Amino acid sequence: MKRIVFAFAFALFSSISFAQTLRIGLAEDPDVLDPTRARTFVGRIVFSALCDKLFDLDEKLNIVPMLATSQSWSADNKQLTLKLRPGVTFHDGEKFDAAAVKYNLERHKTMPGSNRRGELASVASVDVVDPLTVRINLSAPFAPLLATLTDRSGMMVSPRAAQAEGDKFGAKPVCSGPFKFVERVAQDRIVLERYDGYWNRKDIHFQKIIYLPIVDATVRLANLRSGQLDFIERLAPSDVPNLKSDSRFKISKIVEIGYQGIDFNVGKSDISQKHPLGKDARVREAFELALDRQGIVQVAMDGEAEVGNQWVAPTNRYYAKNAPIPKRDVAKAKKLLAEAGVPNPSVTLMTPTTSDAQRIAQVVQAMVKEAGFEVKIQSTEFATSLNLADKGQYEAYVLAWSGRADPDGNLHTMLSCKGPTNYSGYCNQEVERAIDESRTSLDPAKRAEAYAKVAAQVQKDRPIIYLFHRHWLWAHSAKLTGLRTVPDGMVRVQGLKMN
Amino acid sequence: MGRYLVRRVGLLVPTLFFVTLLIFGLQQLLPGDPAVILAGEDRDPNVVAYLRTKLHLDEPFAVRYAYWLRGVAKGDLGESLRIQKPVTELILEKLPVTLELAVLAMLVALAIGVSAGVLSAVFKDSPIDYAARVFALWGLSTPNFWLGILLILLFSVQLGWLPASGYLSPAEDLKGNLAAMVMPAFVLGNALAAVLMRHTRSAMIEALSADYVRTARSKGLKQAVVVLRHALPNALMPVITLGALEFGALLSGAVLTEQVFSIPGFGKLIVDAVFNRDYAVVQGVVLFTASAYMLLNLLADVAYFLVNPRLRT
Amino acid sequence: MEALRILLRRKGALFGLLVIGLFVLVALLAPWIAPHDPLATSWSAVRKAPSAAYLLGTDEIGRDVLSRIIWGARASLLAGVVSVSLSLLLGLPIGLLAGYLGGWVDALISRMVDAMLACPFLILAIALAAFLGPSLTNAMIAIGISATPIFVRLTRGQVLAVKVEDYVEAARAVGNSRLRIALRHVLPNIVAPLIVQATLAIAAAVIAEASLSFLGLGQQPPAPSWGSMLNTAKNYVDQAPWMAIWPGVSIFLLVLSFNLVGDGLRDALDPRHRH
Repeated sequence: MKRIVFAFAFALFSSISFAQTLRIGLAEDPDVLDPTRARTFVGRIVFSALCDKLFDLDEKLNIVPMLATSQSWSADNKQLTLKLRPGVTFHDGEKFDAAAVKYNLERHKTMPGSNRRGELASVASVDVVDPLTVRINLSAPFAPLLATLTDRSGMMVSPRAAQAEGDKFGAKPVCSGPFKFVERVAQDRIVLERYDGYWNRKDIHFQKIIYLPIVDATVRLANLRSGQLDFIERLAPSDVPNLKSDSRFKISKIVEIGYQGIDFNVGKSDISQKHPLGKDARVREAFELALDRQGIVQVAMDGEAEVGNQWVAPTNRYYAKNAPIPKRDVAKAKKLLAEAGVPNPSVTLMTPTTSDAQRIAQVVQAMVKEAGFEVKIQSTEFATSLNLADKGQYEAYVLAWSGRADPDGNLHTMLSCKGPTNYSGYCNQEVERAIDESRTSLDPAKRAEAYAKVAAQVQKDRPIIYLFHRHWLWAHSAKLTGLRTVPDGMVRVQGLKMN
Repeated sequence: MGRYLVRRVGLLVPTLFFVTLLIFGLQQLLPGDPAVILAGEDRDPNVVAYLRTKLHLDEPFAVRYAYWLRGVAKGDLGESLRIQKPVTELILEKLPVTLELAVLAMLVALAIGVSAGVLSAVFKDSPIDYAARVFALWGLSTPNFWLGILLILLFSVQLGWLPASGYLSPAEDLKGNLAAMVMPAFVLGNALAAVLMRHTRSAMIEALSADYVRTARSKGLKQAVVVLRHALPNALMPVITLGALEFGALLSGAVLTEQVFSIPGFGKLIVDAVFNRDYAVVQGVVLFTASAYMLLNLLADVAYFLVNPRLRT
Repeated sequence: MEALRILLRRKGALFGLLVIGLFVLVALLAPWIAPHDPLATSWSAVRKAPSAAYLLGTDEIGRDVLSRIIWGARASLLAGVVSVSLSLLLGLPIGLLAGYLGGWVDALISRMVDAMLACPFLILAIALAAFLGPSLTNAMIAIGISATPIFVRLTRGQVLAVKVEDYVEAARAVGNSRLRIALRHVLPNIVAPLIVQATLAIAAAVIAEASLSFLGLGQQPPAPSWGSMLNTAKNYVDQAPWMAIWPGVSIFLLVLSFNLVGDGLRDALDPRHRH
């Protein structure tokens, strides 16, 4: 009993948080903190306090200035000229200027193991026009470029530090964001401290930010409730109703820019011609018609997602209205299966062992059974599943994509013939041409037209069935204000304040 | 003694060799291309190719093994590709955490296990004995991750008394550190307490029937004095030796306990690394724990040898 | 027979046997006694608290927890029995070989066993299960292999002890072949400790299977296993504690019973332990 009383006292003591420090609970441990090599979603959350980007996104996904104050395209759309913000310095005191931009873009393009190379493939060279003007020369017009520069490709690190540290830079990153790196204990914490030389210093109201990766959603929430954390990302949907009734906390919701879907192997390997789903588009149509997306969202996500049927959510300006979400129609699904000559097709659904994917797979399994599908769930560890998908050793695959600001990032790598994550093995020349059009035209109307073409064809061929777009659920102390809900799911610290 | 020691240490070398072969083999033969998983969501072919070269993935197994052994011999366990930190650094960073957890759990286990064992031996076949034995069985039969979940449910979620998880460095905040360690140490120590209770009980029963204890009793010494001064010290020696050997079991248990309570120690490091195919980390950490285990074993053997003159012939 | 009488006289062991028997019965009769289909989802009954329709409540996609526990008994019992059988099947001959032949064979086997014992059991099992791919069968193999060294060591020790006994010497003197001696004279005399160890190992294997399933490396959905039920339940402890409590209680009861029977067997078969 005594021990419990002591423990109680400890808990009380440790729950007194310092208003100057913001403690954020992350759902995973970020990977390497080098914008050039980083590849995880959570890593980007840390970067949004650590590294400023050339451009940023606002709540409506508009591209807004950050380190670049304005941009202009040449007439042939092959040159992008950026004006840079004056008076910006890196955490080590180095000046941010056109030469730094050139250094960073070249680093992204040439560093061995760079994850940015693909995003910046269209960048041919970078010219320093004057200290605050930089010109990016493209090999071909590339509409998604600006959106790309709102993410890691647009993050600027200190050239001096990067040169000195080489490939060890990620252990001690030096950027120009509002907070500078202090320390990192793997799987435990990342500590950042306010950078007093920040150009937008007036919007920064915390002295310190500590990011704590806590994988288990229940435990993450328990830490928020006990006052150990001020903010958690990815609240479990099932915890929403309970937390709503607690006035000490607030929940913020954003529809993600990514999607959850099911990939079908339609041409990745021989297997595509051996299973009914891969062989016959009618069977895939029957599969989709057997699904009740709203039901999936209700059961698998506790209602915390928006249904969809394209690579962008229906609220996105590039959502193709000519390809609406099909209604559930089990009778028609059965008819299609009969026409295809396979009234009871058996399907193996490869599912990563994450709890979201497993829930989705089980709900889908139960739904399509009503139309006659016999689905066998093949649970596979995520690492293994990627490998099997890459080699085309699967029939159907439950897969999520975290999303990019420009629709191209959700489309090109999955559905263009040579896309690195085209696990379906889909290749259609018309789609290929339309995707190209959408990439090279800067006119939003023309791009929307191209996407309409892609959507029409993809809805016929169904290499991927898109199911829904999750809500990013944030839970935080009710005293925290100034939170901006941008669909990329990043926690922007500018303006954040504890009252 | 000298010859025994030399022989005993000499045996470590081939054992260690098999350990390296075992963990390297298990890791490297895992399905799933580490380059593909490490390349992240974008799966850029350039990155995959770069990682394959860096990890020597295109070389035959024996060559990769040789590369690794050469590094190990030089004290270089490689680098975590996920967060780009040398494995030796990661080990040094996590060692205090797991060590603290293990030591606290051991203290819990000794406190509960030894006292329950003594009581049940002294009051053999009484209700106290039965209660202690039931407790031991309970400890042995409860999956520790389940116990962890239930404790979190009760003390953190329902009552809000203890932090659900996390780890604070004791140097930074000792109270916070202990508050966060109470539940995991209990969960981990609980199973061990059962084992120690059984050992203590049988050692005590033996000691209590030994001649010197009977002599002490016949001199009219009080029961408590007989038990604590005469029987317990003799019974404790094998218990402590066995306790040292249970450190290995403690590490096994720590894997899930750390997972449930999000404690950034060895167990969590290994499990995450297995799932992320961060080979160097798994290999390095398992090699380290196996070596530590073998060393403890050796020390326990030597200690046992020293206190048991009969074995010295 | 004497041993069986002693065993049955011990209340704990008797209780253990009864509970195991009950679980075996439940597992065998699962299709008939489960009130619901363990895989049948009900969208209108997601995470419902225990009620008359669902005695132990429902899970995250509206399946009956009681029915899943009943069917899950199959996975746990199988995992316990099959993996330990595998350990015995591997460990016994290897241990016999090492103990009986001695020399470099013994040295080699002993070092390999030492190496395996030096790696924490669960970590070995996790690595093996990840290596083989997540499924109940593979988890059983992984546990079986990881537990093998204990049986090798035990067998070897027993063989060394028995080898010098008079009846073995006598058999050798008469000119029996080594294999014959090992099988006819040595083996029967080391069975008792092996049975005890095997029973206790089943208890450990049931926990190990639950642990692997808890990490997502064991029984795969939608098929039920107590460990994987706990794995999903931990996400809902707050709103649906019944999802976490009953599978845990089941594991506890089954493991407890095997431990009780193992203890009873030890007392019955090994006179030194009859305190």
